[in-house]
Amino acid sequence: MKSLKCLVSTFVLLVSWFSSAQSAAERSDLNLRTGVTDISQQVYSLHMLMFWICVVIAVLVFGAMFYAMFKHRKSAGHEAANFHENIKVEIAWTVVPFVILIGMAIPAASTLDDMEDASKPDMTVLVTGSQWKWHYKYMENEVEYFSVLATQREQIENKFNKGENYLLEVDRPLVIPTGQKVRFLITSDDVIHSWWVPDFAVKKDANPGFINEAWARVNEPGIYRGQCAELCGKDHGFMPVVVIAKEPAEYAQWINEQEQIAVARKEEEQRLLAMNMSMDELMKQGQQTYNAVCAACHQPNGEGLPGVFPSLKGSALILNDQQAHIDIVVNGRAGTAMQSFSKQLTMSEIAAVVTYTRNAWNNNTGDLVQAKDVNALMQGE
Amino acid sequence: MTTLTDDVKDPATDDASHDGHAHDDHSHDDHHHHIPKGISRWLLTTNHKDIGTLYLWFAFIMFLVGGAMAMVIRAELFQPGLQIVEPNFFNQMTTVHGLIMVFGAVMPAFTGLANWLVPMMIGAPDMALPRMNNWSFWILPFAFLILLSSLFMEGGGPSFGWTFYAPLSTTYSGDSTALFVFSVHIMGISSIMGAINVIVTIFNMRAPGMTLMKMPMFVWTWLITAFLLIAVMPVLAGVVTMVLTDKYFGTSFFDAAGGGDPVLFQHIFWFFGHPEVYIMILPAFGIISQIVPTFSRKKLFGYASMVYATASIALLSFVVWAHHMFTTGMPVEWEKFFMFATMLISVPTGVKVFNWVATMWRGSLTFEIPMLFAIAFIVLFTIGGLSGLMLAITPVDFQYHDTYFVVAHFHYVLVTGAVFSIMAAVYYWLPKWTGRMFDITLAKWHFWCSLISVNVLFFPMHFVGLAGMPRRIPDYALQFADFNKWISVGGFAFGLSQLIFLALLVKACRKRGEPVSDQVWDGAEGLEWEIPSPAPYHTFDTPPQIK
Repeated sequence: MKSLKCLVSTFVLLVSWFSSAQSAAERSDLNLRTGVTDISQQVYSLHMLMFWICVVIAVLVFGAMFYAMFKHRKSAGHEAANFHENIKVEIAWTVVPFVILIGMAIPAASTLDDMEDASKPDMTVLVTGSQWKWHYKYMENEVEYFSVLATQREQIENKFNKGENYLLEVDRPLVIPTGQKVRFLITSDDVIHSWWVPDFAVKKDANPGFINEAWARVNEPGIYRGQCAELCGKDHGFMPVVVIAKEPAEYAQWINEQEQIAVARKEEEQRLLAMNMSMDELMKQGQQTYNAVCAACHQPNGEGLPGVFPSLKGSALILNDQQAHIDIVVNGRAGTAMQSFSKQLTMSEIAAVVTYTRNAWNNNTGDLVQAKDVNALMQGE
Repeated sequence: MTTLTDDVKDPATDDASHDGHAHDDHSHDDHHHHIPKGISRWLLTTNHKDIGTLYLWFAFIMFLVGGAMAMVIRAELFQPGLQIVEPNFFNQMTTVHGLIMVFGAVMPAFTGLANWLVPMMIGAPDMALPRMNNWSFWILPFAFLILLSSLFMEGGGPSFGWTFYAPLSTTYSGDSTALFVFSVHIMGISSIMGAINVIVTIFNMRAPGMTLMKMPMFVWTWLITAFLLIAVMPVLAGVVTMVLTDKYFGTSFFDAAGGGDPVLFQHIFWFFGHPEVYIMILPAFGIISQIVPTFSRKKLFGYASMVYATASIALLSFVVWAHHMFTTGMPVEWEKFFMFATMLISVPTGVKVFNWVATMWRGSLTFEIPMLFAIAFIVLFTIGGLSGLMLAITPVDFQYHDTYFVVAHFHYVLVTGAVFSIMAAVYYWLPKWTGRMFDITLAKWHFWCSLISVNVLFFPMHFVGLAGMPRRIPDYALQFADFNKWISVGGFAFGLSQLIFLALLVKACRKRGEPVSDQVWDGAEGLEWEIPSPAPYHTFDTPPQIK
């Protein structure tokens, strides 16, 4: 029968596709990565165990079915038998799968116990998601920073050629030491995000108002890339995770440098408080900051997305109330997507971006906002 | 079995002026011989066959609308970069595609099949509550008009995924949320009314001698599905109402700042959502259990174990919901409980697949169109079931969760599972409904094009998922580009293949094709094959006797 042959050959094709995929199991574009932690390797083995059990079941079941389709077809003159139950067989195919399941459950449960045991860490990083960036805070050091997508907008809009790590690159990756148990405390400032590094087999939701735990002990130095895994709004696809694992000595040097840089930046910020910047400087710095931080929602032309993100062009708040304008950038607005930028931006950056938005796109208020004005508002004056 | 006394005369003999009085004298015996004409027939109908037809056409139209949205998604994902739609609109497409396919296509299609078939299979003259039946259908188009019209609002329609996780759907959503909530309420009311109708019909209107354990499997699976619907649709109504009050009335069910918990949303949603996926597959099991014996010319193997397996799946579906939430940060004991409970579901599901294969074993097989779809269902649904078993294993689920591996899994069970079973059912019973054989050449084209394209569409999703591509993203890293191109090509081909189905259905409804016998398929057994083809407008005025 022609259609029968077609049907069978299609499935054979499918199965061979699947098994040829298997021979290339090590290829990272076809299969899970083995990863660089003991846990991720256990997870990989578990995945392959499950996969092969499923393949065997599929071959047996489909094999029996295709055999019947060939041998027991009417066109081959086969007469139907008359049986329609068999208690022994039915008990067997209830009990045997149950036993196979127990065989799967035992290694799965033991790997799970290992994964969920985040006790006795060597160090801790607080990971906070917000629309659409990650913030890392080293709990044992005075170091914290935001980590934002570094792929140029022009690449996304197909104006420039796409780079090798398109959408999987950030301005400031998380840096951790190899060989140490690093605990991640994971939370969110707005909606639910999910922090995922496939090479560590770590994926944990960042829930606003709650803190989740995960951990990794990385065996090999390297750069490991992942993404936000939980739909978190418009730019969910543009929120990568990049982690660099360094040898402990190298890491120690790096974290010391970062602490010094943080101190220097604070001093610099204080120094800038006393200085006034010119309109040109403010506008130039402001445009840069605006495009990097604000344009995702309010758009490069300041017009926002009607019904989703408000327009800044001709906005009543901007045109009429400078204090309220600074306040909304510094503190955000509760119950909306407008978040607080006091942590992410320095006072002079806030001053510049406020000046920029007060004067760009024909807003033309002519107002200059200086870092000290921002400082005054933050100090509650 | 009695000879059937119901022999309906051509309705055209009724005087047209009688129309306006039709409902004044419905106590008259001859009233039911009257089929109203024109639009009022469809608007006012209380006939289970008419309502079944309405449901099925509505579901098919929604399938095409939801499919068109999938085409938008696949066009954007054809290559990396943003080229066709903005991310915000992309998210609206994934959201509304999901809602339409679940609530607008698959569920109404099954309700349509239940309307047509349950009375005919149990020897009842109609559904038990015919006016409610009319109502439960006619509120549906309004629900979807509301949902679809929200896409044209300023800011667009819902964009938080069909799972509408808080607080993305509360604090951070647009004003279309109110319309979304309202339309989901209407869909839920419609489903509950449909479910009540099925239960009352099955419990009260079976022909004498039709004991529960003599009912066809399709009737059994729908009976159990109806109980699932009544159990969980109110939960969905509750959770959308909580979203509504969180967003507009200052409650904080899902807001930690007010003492709530965003993860609570997921618990409530999936307490509805997991039984919901069985609502979309149990009737499919019923359909396959009708078709496979017919074309094997052999009784269904293990009827009783099929019934018990269906019931066990339904019961277990209430204790596995949190396997959708392994990454939310549950205590490890809960994770184990939900992992084990989920794995357990594969036992009764396996029993079903084994029973179908055993039914075919040593049968006398032929491969007409419904059987081709049924066989494709068994193989491809099983692939979806096996990837489901992999997903149940919590430690590896951490890797699979929210990737295209999950997208592949649920499209295998819902498209090559539920949707293929609906197509199988339509091909199986269409000749009974129209009295004529459908265009077999078109049907073959439809089957083969669908079968090949659906696998090109969904199979590579396993690979990109394992390689690390998250779901619900409008743009992706370069290593996923090759497979995504193939997936999109498969998607367009699968979408276009459904136009063949449309042409076939239009042709069938215009009564083209060879007349068929009452039994239609050599080997078909059951009450619906003993009434004339096409099935008269009213059947079983006098109940048949079942021995």
